[in-house]
Amino acid sequence: MKALHKFLKKYEHLFLEGGKYHKLHPAYQAFYTFLYTPEMVTEKGAHIRSSVDLKRIMITVVIALIPATIFGIWNVGHQHFVQLGQDPGFWGKFLFGARYVIPMIIVSYVVGLGIEFWFAIKRGHEVNEGYLVTGLLIPLIMPATIPLWILAVSVAFAVIFGKEVFGGTGMNIVNPALTARAFAFFSYPATMSGNTVWVPGAAQSDAISGETILGMLAQGKHAAWTWWDMFLGTIPGSVGETSVLMILIGLAILLFTKVGSWRIVLSGLLGGITMGLIFNAWGANTLMQFPWWQHLMVGGFAFGLTFMATDPVTAAQTNRGKWIYGFLIGLLAIMIRTLNPAYPEGVMLAILLMNVVAPTIDYFVVEANVKKRMKRVATLEKQ
Amino acid sequence: MKNKQIRIRKGLTINLKGKPSAVVENLGRSSHYAVKPTSFLGVNPRLYVQPGDKVKAGDKLFYSKYVPQVHVSSPVSGTVKEIVRGKRRVILRVVIEADAEDTYVEFTPKEATREDVLQTLLHSGLFAYIKQRPYDITANPADKPKAIYIPAYDTSPLAPDYNFGLTNERKAFEKGVEILGKLTDGKVYVTADGESSTMFDDIPGAETLKIYGPHPAGNVSVAIAHTLPISQGDRIWVVNPWDVVIMGRLFLTGRYDATKHVAFTGPLFKEPRYYKVKQGAYLKDAIGDLLKRKDHVRLVSGNPLTGTNITEDGFLDVFDNSITALSDEPKARFFGWLPFLGESRKTVYRLNADWWSNKERELDTALYGEERPFVMTEEIEEVMPLDIFPVQLLKACLTGNVDRMEQLGILEVAPEDFALVDYISSSKINAQNIIRNGLDIMMVEIG
Repeated sequence: MKALHKFLKKYEHLFLEGGKYHKLHPAYQAFYTFLYTPEMVTEKGAHIRSSVDLKRIMITVVIALIPATIFGIWNVGHQHFVQLGQDPGFWGKFLFGARYVIPMIIVSYVVGLGIEFWFAIKRGHEVNEGYLVTGLLIPLIMPATIPLWILAVSVAFAVIFGKEVFGGTGMNIVNPALTARAFAFFSYPATMSGNTVWVPGAAQSDAISGETILGMLAQGKHAAWTWWDMFLGTIPGSVGETSVLMILIGLAILLFTKVGSWRIVLSGLLGGITMGLIFNAWGANTLMQFPWWQHLMVGGFAFGLTFMATDPVTAAQTNRGKWIYGFLIGLLAIMIRTLNPAYPEGVMLAILLMNVVAPTIDYFVVEANVKKRMKRVATLEKQ
Repeated sequence: MKNKQIRIRKGLTINLKGKPSAVVENLGRSSHYAVKPTSFLGVNPRLYVQPGDKVKAGDKLFYSKYVPQVHVSSPVSGTVKEIVRGKRRVILRVVIEADAEDTYVEFTPKEATREDVLQTLLHSGLFAYIKQRPYDITANPADKPKAIYIPAYDTSPLAPDYNFGLTNERKAFEKGVEILGKLTDGKVYVTADGESSTMFDDIPGAETLKIYGPHPAGNVSVAIAHTLPISQGDRIWVVNPWDVVIMGRLFLTGRYDATKHVAFTGPLFKEPRYYKVKQGAYLKDAIGDLLKRKDHVRLVSGNPLTGTNITEDGFLDVFDNSITALSDEPKARFFGWLPFLGESRKTVYRLNADWWSNKERELDTALYGEERPFVMTEEIEEVMPLDIFPVQLLKACLTGNVDRMEQLGILEVAPEDFALVDYISSSKINAQNIIRNGLDIMMVEIG
């Protein structure tokens, strides 16, 4: 590895001030820091620093996404073949799914990172690692049949208007991955909803019914799958969202390493349960009668709560605020999907809405602290 | 009387290799001593001396332009060798070439009234060693503090143990507490380790605060927040334990005797221990032989979290009671960001191979990443025991919003309270600098 480091250092001068490719320095720096944690020592502030940087944190989230990704690839094939009544075996299904999902992942990273690099070079910033996670999240929350050009346009929209116009990772208001999904959902509804998009081949073959559980319930039909299917994830849906089991593995990684906020996840769960119970008690239609605990396992609820509600940039930033933020996401997600069957996308809308509301929640939480302080000052002044 | 207990939960104790063992040695006399006006925040220095002047220990070196009664004295006798200036002619240090033996200015300390004590401290230059909260700057003799705090329990990594260092100075310390008591109508608080019994548990004239919990439990802001939270207009004074001793000596002997124990700590010292030295000593040469190696060493005056880099000049800061030597070798780490692999450093995350262990570790000065905007904000709250919102306060400081800074409690903090934020920040934020800048803006705007 020494040789590689030498090689990189040998050409570093080309990218430094006065070098031939000076403008491309952010790109060089991004590549170099991907391979090596840079040889920087502390200059200001504390002389010692912990060994955790944003790269390590983002990579941890990517690792947490891997079980859901692998399962998602397999499930795309599984759904296709099960409905055709064929069984090509694990690898047959996996390879079939990979044909759909791998190009999506590649397109997402190439387009997204391309734009990020471009912005970094234009601004002379370092390339931020936020897109490492976003780039994988986007394919996982899209249907497998989405045309790649739509995916590319959505990614571009999300990175530019969801993130870079605000100043990049850390400055954005709404979750970029969900921005991409919302953009695709409202701009190209035919490719994002209905009964033919979830399972490859459904549009061509009558033998395949590609309806999701929420889609069926919205039409007053009962779910054709058991809760065990929902838990394992052998149901149609967006690529990575179906398997509660795999998402739980990812959640365990996030909570164990403390990278994800347990406050948001727990309160979100409580919010979802609360709303589910309310609707169960009401019971006016099939969607409302759908058991509350199964609500937590279908659609994007588990996935959204685990990987997107916990996005530290767009979530509430105070600990008390996180409780409110998470709870309302859970509550709204179930409310939207139940009351408005045209939008089975309750989770996406709930998180986006709460992203926008989060600063307001924080404002009130912080204001309580400020009031307490100002009150103390006031009592002192009276004395 | 039962001592008040202060218990905090949030924070992080960083366990580092190179803690000083309970041994004191004589280092002998340094060839040079220096006083750095930059250590006295809020003092705009005007010089009394010029190169070539002879000074005794206790002679005036410089005074504060805005509060001329406040001046700083020479810790040793000798000849003023040079006045080192930096950018825009800022005086960086006044260097004194020391005589073979000290001759002292003989003061006649008076302690009958508050005014007597104040004048004695001002005359001797020791008043400049009193710091004021809010703002963490040199105190103003025109103020009457609500209380005086002596932080005698330091929880920072590699901090000196005052309970050991001051054992033989009890008399001077008690005298110091006694005279400080005359400066305030309130109390004199001394902090002490809650987990063991210390010499600070029963100091006449002082109330002891027993401190429990991880770093920054020992920070004076924590003690103040639990006893007399600061508001606009309040003045609280803070005096370092060794400076209390030096003040005590002045009132006992009439001399400004700046001798103290300084801990030589850190993984690079062959034998980390305490040495008897005077304030401001030039230590670079003496330290050279005590280190395991000579290259790639960073010398820090103070502890590794809040100290100042003195690798260049080699002078102990007059306020500091420890010197830390850290390995300072830029190293590229292949895939250094992979979780659970590579070097393990204690943090708020479980992203190290042995996250559970708080064994002694040997940290170097690696930054371990690049600076980024705020992303992971929960980590910052994890290490903030004060009742403030650290992220929001940092942002208010960055935008220079004075009203908001005050509302969010900047008057209750000092940069040292954000040292752990520097350490844990995954965005490698320099929080201490941000807070210092914020405090400076506040001072200019409000005063």
